[in-house]
Amino acid sequence: MDAAGKEILAGNDRAAARLMRDLDDEIPAAIRTLKALYRHTGRAYILGVTGSPGAGKSTLVNRITTHLRKRGKSVGIVAIDPTSPFSGGAILGDRIRMQQHALDEGVFIKSLATRGHLGGLSRSTIDIVNVMDAMGKDVILIETVGVGQDEVEIVKVAHTNLVLVVPGLGDDIQAIKAGILEIADIFVVNKSDRDGADKAKREIETMVSMGDFKEGEWKPPVLSAVAATDKGTVELLEAVDRHQEYIYREGNLSRYRREKARVELVEILKTRLIEKAVSDLDACGLLEPLLADMAKKRKDPYTISEKVVDHSFAFHLLNGGKPGSVKGKGKRR
Amino acid sequence: MATAKGNRAAAPTKKAARKVRILVGKPGLDGHDRGAKIIARALRDAGVEVIYTGLHQTPEMIVSAAAQEDVDGIGLSILSGAHNYLFPRIIQLLREKKMGDVVLFGGGIIPDDDIPKLKKKGVDRMFTPGTPIQEIVDYVNERIRPRK
Ligand code: B12
Ligand SMILES: Nc1nc2c(ncn2[C@@H]2O[C@H](COP(=O)(O)OP(=O)(O)O)[C@@H](O)[C@H]2O)c(=O)[nH]1
Ligand SMILES: [Mg+2]
Repeated sequence: MDAAGKEILAGNDRAAARLMRDLDDEIPAAIRTLKALYRHTGRAYILGVTGSPGAGKSTLVNRITTHLRKRGKSVGIVAIDPTSPFSGGAILGDRIRMQQHALDEGVFIKSLATRGHLGGLSRSTIDIVNVMDAMGKDVILIETVGVGQDEVEIVKVAHTNLVLVVPGLGDDIQAIKAGILEIADIFVVNKSDRDGADKAKREIETMVSMGDFKEGEWKPPVLSAVAATDKGTVELLEAVDRHQEYIYREGNLSRYRREKARVELVEILKTRLIEKAVSDLDACGLLEPLLADMAKKRKDPYTISEKVVDHSFAFHLLNGGKPGSVKGKGKRR
Repeated sequence: MATAKGNRAAAPTKKAARKVRILVGKPGLDGHDRGAKIIARALRDAGVEVIYTGLHQTPEMIVSAAAQEDVDGIGLSILSGAHNYLFPRIIQLLREKKMGDVVLFGGGIIPDDDIPKLKKKGVDRMFTPGTPIQEIVDYVNERIRPRK
């Protein structure tokens, strides 16, 4: 364990903040610290909050945090806002709604920009959740950007996922229908002080009732809330408690943990493999000529990708390893 | 048809460089937030990650947020006349937290006579009404670098 890792485990928030930034900025030394911290993770309860922009996610996260603090839980918040595709900059404004916790040492808030990553989270989100977990936060809230099918994979990071819907957007419910049932553990009709709240609630209830649930399987409840006035937050947390009981049931927890592990590994592999493939091609002087050939339509990206992938994975096989074995005689890393 | 720019954005980047992170907020009790919002947007459009904390911040809240967000700079907007208290107090807190590297700057209704005094205490730069936004963006680009 390096010095930064030790300081984080000892409760140094500043060291944690710096590591989070370094992870977001993809500084290699930060990965080394995270490797050592990884075995200290797995204790936090992770709560995902998803919903379209303006649905009240930050307001709700603020309310949930207040109630969790009353229960004596420490809280980590990862709040994600979109990066401008034009400038690469971002306005991260979720803190505005959470400032009542700014001086509470039991609450740590990190704002992140998507930095071009799709699916409502930044590439670094899982890393940063892991740091907060190692810091000993009891509950970690992740506020994502918007909602869409892309998020289905990534939200497996959370034990419980809240999906916020607001009234008056009937079409919206249709539009987000695809994939949403797989995401939501609990639906929250926020802004229930507005017209159409009952209708929205019924629509989602209908949608849920058409779902195909097995005996004993969790069926997402549909709750009403007014995050602006704290109405419904207590009931919401009770539903989270019930879902936690369900998740902690024999079989479910190990399934969740494996699923989370799979998402973590696949996400990291995705980035690493792409980076490696592209930089290797570049290092061999192949990248630019291939791109030029593609531009002239002499080569197609499908064949090139196949060759790159076959080449990468054939390596160990060619070096005497059996399929599935990674202990070939080849070059050690 | 994708533009060249669009293609570039989609291609995996080789080595992600650090981004500049700046906290923009309004300490004290005044509700004049137009300036702060304009600055936040201009900096976003200049490629900065702006953490906007909104109105009614105490110096303690600002410094705590700056620490958690690990920012390179803090830009404050004060139009209430409380600048001679708020800026020095924030500098004091930054020093106590060993965050002296964070560049503190700001703007608002700040009488000319007060500016040299604030600079002496450690405020890096002040911008008064009428300053062209580009001048502020240029200052940030030139002065504020992401930390090592
Ligand atoms: C619009 C305005 C309002 C609006 C505010 C709307 C809003 N949401 O912002 C309303 C009507 C609500 C308002 C109310 C009041 N106002 Co008023 N208001 C103004 C006015 C006319 C313009 C301010 C403005 O928005 N300018 C446009 C923005 C873009 O300019 P700016 O903020 O100055 O920003 C520029 C620079 O200062 C700098 N800058 C500013 N912030 C930052 C931050 C960073 C990081 C950086 C780099 C640069 C920077 O860059 C910007 C670009 O050049 C000014 C007079 C004036 N000409 O400045 C009075 C003024 C600020 N108000 C004043 C007063 C007294 C009040 C009231 C108390 C009046 C009353 N008695 O009710 C209330 C208080 C409200 C409150 N809750 O605090 C006084 C303040 C006096 C003082 N400080 O000594 C002023 C100066 C008028 C005066 N001459 O008396 N006000
Ligand atoms: N009427 C009403 N407004 C709300 C409610 N919850 C949040 N808001 C408002 O909706 C706006 C967006 O809230 P915010 O939490 O920032 O949404 P986010 O983009 O999903 O994080 C803010 O102006 C909130 O005050 C609610 O229950 N009822
Ligand atoms: Mg938000």
